[in-house]
Amino acid sequence: MKVPLRWLKEYVDLPWSVAELAERLTLAGLEVTGFRAVGVPPPTGLRLKSEFVSPVWDEEKVVIAEVLEVRKHPDADRLHLVDLNYGTGCLTVVTGATNLKPGDRGLKVVLARVGAVLIDGHSPERALRPLKPAKIRGVLSEGMVCSALELGIADEHEGILILDPDAPVGMPLAEYLGDIVLELDVLPSMARCLSMLGVAREVAALSEQPVRYPPTEVLFGPQEAATQVHISIEDANLCSRYAAMVIDSVRVAPSPTWLQLRLLLAGMRPINNIVDITNYVLLEWGQPLHAFDYEKLRDRAHGHVPHIIVRRARPGESLTTLDGQQRPLHGEHLVIADTAGPIALAGVMGGLETEVGPETQKVLLESANFDPVTIRRTARHFDLPSEASLRFSRGVHPDLVEPAARRAVEWMRQLAQGTVARGLVDVYAARPSEQRVHLSLAYVHRMVGYAIPRDDILRILRGLEFTVDEAGEDTWLVTVPRHRLDVQHGPADLVEEIVRIYGYHRIPPTLPREPLPDYQTPRDGQIEERIRDILVTLGCQEVITYSLTSIERERPFVGEGADYVRLLNPIHPERSVLRRSLLASVLAIAAQHLRDSPRLRLFELGYVYLPRAGEKFPDERRHLALVLCGPRLAEFWEGASSPPQDFFDLKGLLEGLFEALHLGQASQGNARVAWQPTNVTWLHPRRAAALVLRPLQSHTTTKGIASSSSDTSLLIGYAGQLHPQLHDTYELGRREVYVAQLDLEALWPHLPERFTCRAVASFPPVRQDLAVLVDESIVAERVREEIFAAGRPLLREVHLFDVYRGPNIPEGKKSLAWSLTFQAEDRTLTDKEISKLVQKIVDRLEKSLAAQLRAP
Amino acid sequence: MELEQLRQQALAQLEAVADETALSSWNSQYLGKNGLLTQALKRIAQLPPQERPSYGQQVNALKEALLAAFERKKSELHQQEIARSLAAEALDVTLPGRPVLRGRLHPATQVMRDILAIFAELGFQVYRSREVEDDLTNFELLNMPPHHPARDLWDTFHTTVPGVLLRTHTSPGQIHVMRQYCPRPIRVVLPGMCYRYEQITARSEIQFQQVEGLAIGESISLADLIGTLSTFAKRFFGGDRRIRIRNSYFPFTEPSIEVDVDCILCQGENAAGPSATATLPVSSCTLCKGTGWLEILGAGMVHPVVLRHGGYDPERFQGFAFGLGPQRMAMLKYGIHDIRLFWSNARHFLEQF
Repeated sequence: MKVPLRWLKEYVDLPWSVAELAERLTLAGLEVTGFRAVGVPPPTGLRLKSEFVSPVWDEEKVVIAEVLEVRKHPDADRLHLVDLNYGTGCLTVVTGATNLKPGDRGLKVVLARVGAVLIDGHSPERALRPLKPAKIRGVLSEGMVCSALELGIADEHEGILILDPDAPVGMPLAEYLGDIVLELDVLPSMARCLSMLGVAREVAALSEQPVRYPPTEVLFGPQEAATQVHISIEDANLCSRYAAMVIDSVRVAPSPTWLQLRLLLAGMRPINNIVDITNYVLLEWGQPLHAFDYEKLRDRAHGHVPHIIVRRARPGESLTTLDGQQRPLHGEHLVIADTAGPIALAGVMGGLETEVGPETQKVLLESANFDPVTIRRTARHFDLPSEASLRFSRGVHPDLVEPAARRAVEWMRQLAQGTVARGLVDVYAARPSEQRVHLSLAYVHRMVGYAIPRDDILRILRGLEFTVDEAGEDTWLVTVPRHRLDVQHGPADLVEEIVRIYGYHRIPPTLPREPLPDYQTPRDGQIEERIRDILVTLGCQEVITYSLTSIERERPFVGEGADYVRLLNPIHPERSVLRRSLLASVLAIAAQHLRDSPRLRLFELGYVYLPRAGEKFPDERRHLALVLCGPRLAEFWEGASSPPQDFFDLKGLLEGLFEALHLGQASQGNARVAWQPTNVTWLHPRRAAALVLRPLQSHTTTKGIASSSSDTSLLIGYAGQLHPQLHDTYELGRREVYVAQLDLEALWPHLPERFTCRAVASFPPVRQDLAVLVDESIVAERVREEIFAAGRPLLREVHLFDVYRGPNIPEGKKSLAWSLTFQAEDRTLTDKEISKLVQKIVDRLEKSLAAQLRAP
Repeated sequence: MELEQLRQQALAQLEAVADETALSSWNSQYLGKNGLLTQALKRIAQLPPQERPSYGQQVNALKEALLAAFERKKSELHQQEIARSLAAEALDVTLPGRPVLRGRLHPATQVMRDILAIFAELGFQVYRSREVEDDLTNFELLNMPPHHPARDLWDTFHTTVPGVLLRTHTSPGQIHVMRQYCPRPIRVVLPGMCYRYEQITARSEIQFQQVEGLAIGESISLADLIGTLSTFAKRFFGGDRRIRIRNSYFPFTEPSIEVDVDCILCQGENAAGPSATATLPVSSCTLCKGTGWLEILGAGMVHPVVLRHGGYDPERFQGFAFGLGPQRMAMLKYGIHDIRLFWSNARHFLEQF
């Protein structure tokens, strides 16, 4: 909403500087987002940027002048010489303006004298230039007559600006027309401020003064309106009120300059006096109006009295709107029709056929109220945002129909010499009931948390034109003024009115004093953050990628035929579904990073979205993805480049994570992670592991991995080398890439809620090495389990320190060298005890795995 | 050999010793078991008895002197050795250090933690709710019935399941948390990802994080809201921040406010002002565009309709809610000019945090 302050001042005094006015309106909810200075300097202290380039009209050099005579230029057919009186002197200028011709005299124009800064009408970028004396075809011109474009008022010009006849000769133009236009961002709840009067009411309430309402008296002619039009409303839910007035003998012509300029500054284009008046009143009251050519309506009715019918469009109907577009209609659209069919899209745009034009002699003025939802839908459907549909779709109080209509017809009488037929033909099908709200002082104080004085409350409400009646001690019955629709929910709405006018800055800040609720932040959120921290300490970089992706991108990890949460209205096919896998997205980032850096360790911890059969909402699960690639260590000047990260870097990282989460440690929790060789399509078939949660007591069982996929095991993810076949898909080049994907939601029920700190042993540990030969097919984990099973509980730690194949080792065998740590809590272990335990372990390995002790 | 002659010869030779080996042979030559000094001592037997004590004393004095000279020489050689090795171990201290491979949290995570930590100090617990929502919870229960004009404020991604959408804000979490805890008091923050049907530009994203706050009790007031947000702004942006409260509109709060903080770059000082010649005010601050204020969040008192939908009786309970955007906060705090950097995960962006 653009508010020219010169116009606003008609309804209310502006007691503040422009900057202070803007600040006060902004704080009260009418945000001033920009401004335009018209011919005057930007207001002091206004901290906004102007989007308009406008010259400052020099008081001495840009003045109102009267045309004394227009003469032909002696040497140029298209140029004229204009003799001007500018009050303190006379001057002749040369002009090429098309709207001045020899013989014109007495016109009021704007004279710019040498030195005045104006917009150069010929420069495409609208540059500001000082005016220089010029000899044009031999005639010296010491100034110019200005167009609206050169003055910075309009974006285009058709000749020079001709002022109204009463413009005072010699007056500086800045004094006559200079203005500041504020641009307001009007919130949905402040729709009433999409009007000059609405803004004036705000200023009035904020500055504690009354609004000067414009007159709505009409000087009627002899005829009656009621006999000249009939009105029917078919559905009162869609049109609560429709009123019409009839104005005869109008002379359609351009509006007076002052009216045109007001519309221009308010952002509307002047058309002709009739249309301009409907727009002027729309801007003044916020009530959209529409003018029909009455004769055309009567023609359509074959000479009978026109019958206006407000109804839904019927199948097959169409309407050619003012913009010349033929628009097919359907039953969702509300139309204004007559007996011959639709004549306007209600509240959105008029029809071309019944448009007011230069030949129009009689006008039917519509002032009506339409359902916001219907108007909003129709305007959207046709992509026709208009000043009218903007207001109707935000809600206009139907009581405004009458004053707006009266104001408009009186202008038509005065400015278009029309004769107004007596009366408003008015069908008020659904008058909203008066809104009354009970309000108590205690409620206001409790809600605000500060005792705004009683008198301030009453003064504010009355200043906003609420009627306040006493309803008991410190309680009131408040009646909502009949221009507002936003007070719907009782006293809370009134508290907002009170506080925003009183000023939020006057409420002393406090902190909640109530005791804290007793519930706790859920544990999974804490673990999630802990996992992030652990991974960061392990040298990983976190990434966060889009949850929206494409099925195509994820197919290698998700497979064919998986069900997705799909968007009905994606912005791009690449972002059309919610992801089921993090890895595809993280690999895309990895590819991007690898372009300029050889090494990476990335992780993402985020949601995947798995649709569930028969359920409305998907399962939103937190997953973890890890991607490793490139050298283990960063490049260093010492030489010797670092070997690339491999499977065991990835495994070490995950083991570090599990250890830090106390997962699978003796006496902590109830499960541990087992790494099982596996085969998934997206991993290297010989370098892939399934991560399986297994009950912790499996340490003491003799079950091997091969038989451990029992009911008690739970797959939590996969880790391994990314299948080389996928490198091209994700643009990863030829380096080995190691990836892991874990379902954290599956993990956290098994994480110990709390861990117990073990005593620090006071008896020395004994370390003993043990190398065994086993068959290649036996995995290391199996051997470790057997060692543990035999050595517990005095065997504390088992650590693999060497894997060896080669000379001295039979074909098909490998040597695994273990370091065993024994320790007792209550004594120093003797050599004898240790040898006995080691022998027990060796026996068990021989028996269950056919292992051989390798000579030390 | 006369003792004096022996002394002079030994000291002269010791003087010439240049390394440990020479020192060692000097030691055996003079002070060893068969060294010259031992031999000199043995000669005592050949002397007349009356000369013996005096001779013995002289030999012993000589031995003391040579031992002391030996120790001095030994220490001297050791010092020389250290000096030699130090010289050999010289290095260029300006060479770069061995790189440490540091992991990092994504800046969005870091800022989210900063925000949640501040609210944790103010007693707000974290609550999470789903991202895939229904129209009912995302809009209707928040006082936006179908076709409510305020729905235009949120451009929505709809899913192919009718009525199911991607939440456009964290506010539907208010309904979940209220329904879970009613009628107990509430003080939670609800962080999470939200989605909007928008073009991706430097200023707007299709997904972004939000932190919703909700406090409900019997006396939680607007003044409490202002105090809470003012405390937050100061802690997040730094000590002397001032906040400005503007009236605003959200369907689910009444009254509704928007909170601005004074510009952290220009301190609100370099606001646009009129200049003598130009007709455009010169706005020197790139962050606040000369207005002196930065919009940081929206808030308000929970709308009575929303309270009722959550199960709370608005006659007895009241509370406040607020919503802020961590990406926007990070952009303001760290001078990030393009929101797309967050999910682009550009290496040079991530590695600055």
